[in-house]
Amino acid sequence: MLLGRRAVAVGTGLVVAALALSGCAGAGGGGAASGKKVTLTLATVNNPQMKDMEQLKGTFEKENPNIKVNFVQMEEGDLRAAVTADVASGAGQYDVVTVGAYEVPQWGKLGWLRDLTPDLKDAKYDVKDILAPVRKAISVDGKQYAVPFYGESSMLMYNKELFAAAGLTMPANPTWQEVAGFAKALKTPDRAGICLRGKPGWGDLFAPLTTVVQTFGGAWYDSKWKAQVDSKEFTEGVNFYVNLLKDAGEKDPVSNSFTECLNLLSTGKAAMWYDATSAAGSLEDPKASTVAGKMGYAPAPVYKTKASGWLWSWNLAVPKTTKNPAAATTFVKWATSKEYQQLVGKTLGWTRVPPGARNSTYEIPEYKKAAAAFGPITLQAMNSVNPEQPGLNPQPWVGIQYVTIPEFQDVGNQVAQLVADAIAGRSTVEDALAKGQKIAQVAGDKQK
Amino acid sequence: MTTTVSPTRGTPGATPSSVTKSPGAVHLKPAARTKARQARALVMPALFFSIALTQIPFLVTIYFSFLDWNQLRPDAIKFTWFSNYVTVFTGPDFLSSLWATVTITGSAVILSLLFGLLFAILLDRKFVGQGFARTLMITPFLIMPAAAALIWKFSMLDANVGMVNVGLNLIGIPSVAWNTDFPAVTIIMLLTWQYTPFMMLILLAGLQSQSREVLEAAAVDGAGPWRTFQWMTLPHLRQYIEIATLLGGIMLLQVFDPIAIMTKGTGGTKTLSYLLYERAFIGLDVGQAAAYGVVTVIITIVVATVALRTLFRVFMEGGTR
Amino acid sequence: MRNVRSTLITAATWVIAVLFFFPVAWMVFTSFKSESAAAANPPSFFTELSFQQYAAVFDRGMGSYLLNSLMASFGSTLIVLLLAIPAAYALSVRPIKRIQDVLFFFISTRFLPAAASIIPVFFILKTIGALDNINALIFLYAAMNLPIAVWMMRSFFSEVPLEIIEAAQIDGANLRTEMLRVVLPILLPGIAAVALICFIFSWNEYFLATLLTTFNARTTPPFLASFVDGRGQFLAVLSAASTLAVLPVVAAGWLAQKQLVRGLAMGAVK
Repeated sequence: MLLGRRAVAVGTGLVVAALALSGCAGAGGGGAASGKKVTLTLATVNNPQMKDMEQLKGTFEKENPNIKVNFVQMEEGDLRAAVTADVASGAGQYDVVTVGAYEVPQWGKLGWLRDLTPDLKDAKYDVKDILAPVRKAISVDGKQYAVPFYGESSMLMYNKELFAAAGLTMPANPTWQEVAGFAKALKTPDRAGICLRGKPGWGDLFAPLTTVVQTFGGAWYDSKWKAQVDSKEFTEGVNFYVNLLKDAGEKDPVSNSFTECLNLLSTGKAAMWYDATSAAGSLEDPKASTVAGKMGYAPAPVYKTKASGWLWSWNLAVPKTTKNPAAATTFVKWATSKEYQQLVGKTLGWTRVPPGARNSTYEIPEYKKAAAAFGPITLQAMNSVNPEQPGLNPQPWVGIQYVTIPEFQDVGNQVAQLVADAIAGRSTVEDALAKGQKIAQVAGDKQK
Repeated sequence: MTTTVSPTRGTPGATPSSVTKSPGAVHLKPAARTKARQARALVMPALFFSIALTQIPFLVTIYFSFLDWNQLRPDAIKFTWFSNYVTVFTGPDFLSSLWATVTITGSAVILSLLFGLLFAILLDRKFVGQGFARTLMITPFLIMPAAAALIWKFSMLDANVGMVNVGLNLIGIPSVAWNTDFPAVTIIMLLTWQYTPFMMLILLAGLQSQSREVLEAAAVDGAGPWRTFQWMTLPHLRQYIEIATLLGGIMLLQVFDPIAIMTKGTGGTKTLSYLLYERAFIGLDVGQAAAYGVVTVIITIVVATVALRTLFRVFMEGGTR
Repeated sequence: MRNVRSTLITAATWVIAVLFFFPVAWMVFTSFKSESAAAANPPSFFTELSFQQYAAVFDRGMGSYLLNSLMASFGSTLIVLLLAIPAAYALSVRPIKRIQDVLFFFISTRFLPAAASIIPVFFILKTIGALDNINALIFLYAAMNLPIAVWMMRSFFSEVPLEIIEAAQIDGANLRTEMLRVVLPILLPGIAAVALICFIFSWNEYFLATLLTTFNARTTPPFLASFVDGRGQFLAVLSAASTLAVLPVVAAGWLAQKQLVRGLAMGAVK
């Protein structure tokens, strides 16, 4: 017998000590009783708008001396993993979580998030001011489970100087075919004609690509949850995107998503960019961008649909498991209030006001002036998209560049990896999508 | 397994202690029995610590592998016996992922071993600034993998400002789209850069432990440097190469950060540990991820056992004496 | 002739060493540049350098993450040494049955990828209330490094000449004196090497830290991974953060490299 009695005692002692140690320290970090000092832990994504929020949290803490807010910033994938594990297991480590529009309705239905509808009723907060399509996307059966911190659609951004130098004019409502023509004309060895996301991921590559597929007449599923990934329209859309990348795109597309393309654009290494409307604030910031004031903005290019463009919002929500629901709700309301927008504008600059959440943002005179180039088009894009039917045909879910089923992020990721192989020329689009069809169908079958 | 205990290697000149020849404790003399008890008391804390912190989670992992459990369907958790394992072995991911693991880990181990040997030989000479050159060469191993991946992605391999591409442009080669066109090569390159110093350190230690007199005697006898290396140094280094391969292999098998930061599993870089991450945190399928984990452990144990039994003398010998 | 060849080899060694170190040097250099200089193509070599990016990094609160990393790394390394030294000693010097099994068990605990065990670990820590707890991280890192420590240390112990131990035993030394007075001093370089390697692995660990900690116990690697924030250019500030993140381990490694080589070369004692 390898394990002597004495040894068992030693081992057990060790484990007990370990548990005791960790138990003691664990209890200290948690919540506090009401009325006393409360520390909130907030999980959020590492986007610039959230970093601004962290910078300004002192104002909130001054106004609410009993509440302290700790920020945990995470890379998007890590945030999803950490917050999902926390909320799904009921660990209750986070008092406020940042949740994407894709998750909110699913988590709301599962009862993981507090229904904020009653808390948002007061006239001062003015919940009706929040953009209608965004509210629709984060509500289930009339219950609103989250509040948008900022929202975005997608649009085409282009360098006006380069267009003028090449004698090109951007039409008011460009088609994808026109955009492809411009991109080829503007490409040089040192400069991409257009920057498009190629990083494999449902929220990276497939955000813009799904809108392209939709305006080409394709969709992930039909109204009976039959996968449409190998359909003629889906294939045509993906082929167009892949060929555009090959002919006039940036050099190393698989490396690139929002951040990398923003970097290329703001240093003048790409002439056009089809991506989130929220990028404009950064492009127009003269401190961070060499192209501030030189950019033009056009609606998302189309082909068979009248409008295109995605709809996304990063939202603040309060998990059911929090020990401090009242304080957490207070913070959520503060960070999404009209006053917060004023605070950002006055302390950090008006182009940094979180866009795409409130209609009244676009009425603020200072913001209107600072965001003259991209403000109106953002509002127009966000209000013109239809998350209930973004493509040519009806679909059994609400959402544009994503499908609101738990399996979608997996399906989207795997198909994105296959498409990345096609971008690199290791396989054809047709082969990639044939494999993708099978993956998508397995998930579709679960919805029937 | 007791029966496979090999004869003692024995330090030359030392008298082997009385116990080594009899594997069973029953035959031990009283003094030896006390010693054996002491020995067990010394091992137990470490053993129990390991069991408590690694085996309990592993048992839970085995249990989870029998569950049908998607994190976003908490009401539908049910016991499904082996259905997750069926998915693992019939699905398209497993074999390609195993292949990716073998190619990436294998190439990185072999390349870093070869470079490590070369660098160790170069550093095992007396020259100006020897210590400083060694300092420069060990540094990549000390760099945090997340930082290394970020720096390589943005500062070295970027298509526009990456220094590797700038260097290629200087000699007339156009920029290479590393992550798009050569994802597996990119990952292997980064891993080789990080692990060469580790291999080099172990091999350098081996070289420096060689007896100078023997080498000098060989030189006096007229053996050329290549023959000396082939017949004296390599056999001497074998034990060190084995340790380096084993430790390096175990560490490289778990590599995750560069794949997550640079290639996202595309183009033959979806190793088992990245696939597992995808199943658990993107597929949110706890059961399937657990099944992949259990299968990975079994495969690794089988491979390691075969390797240790057949290739690695070091593990078999010198264990007891 | 011999001299020429020797010089050539030395030169080649230097070229390789510098090339190998270049990414690190470039990272440090970039961290002192301004963002626009960092993004310039062709790369700028003569440009104004400043500590501005480092100030920005500390503004984002990197200090507390570095502190947590230090605690987790020191704590776990200490536990590893306390457990591994006696175990390795027993496994190499003292008679014990099924040594291979024990050794193999230790090393096999490293085979389960973190991604598979993390959900069970998460649930266990949740049950005992130890999420976001630096002590939990210390224990987990110790468990993660223990196998390699035992394994490496055992091979060092195997190199301690048996005569020395037997001589001590004849002198009537008991177990503790035998270990403390006789064996440990011989092994110090080896122990230093193992400690350094455990420290490096704990310092660099990313996955467990991301999922098992939130604010109070969060370490540097998850902070670093969330650093690129998508507001224009970031290369210089990212380089500064990376430099700070790797600095303690690089410094320790540089200072201890002699011990590292000597430790790994324990065979030289023979």
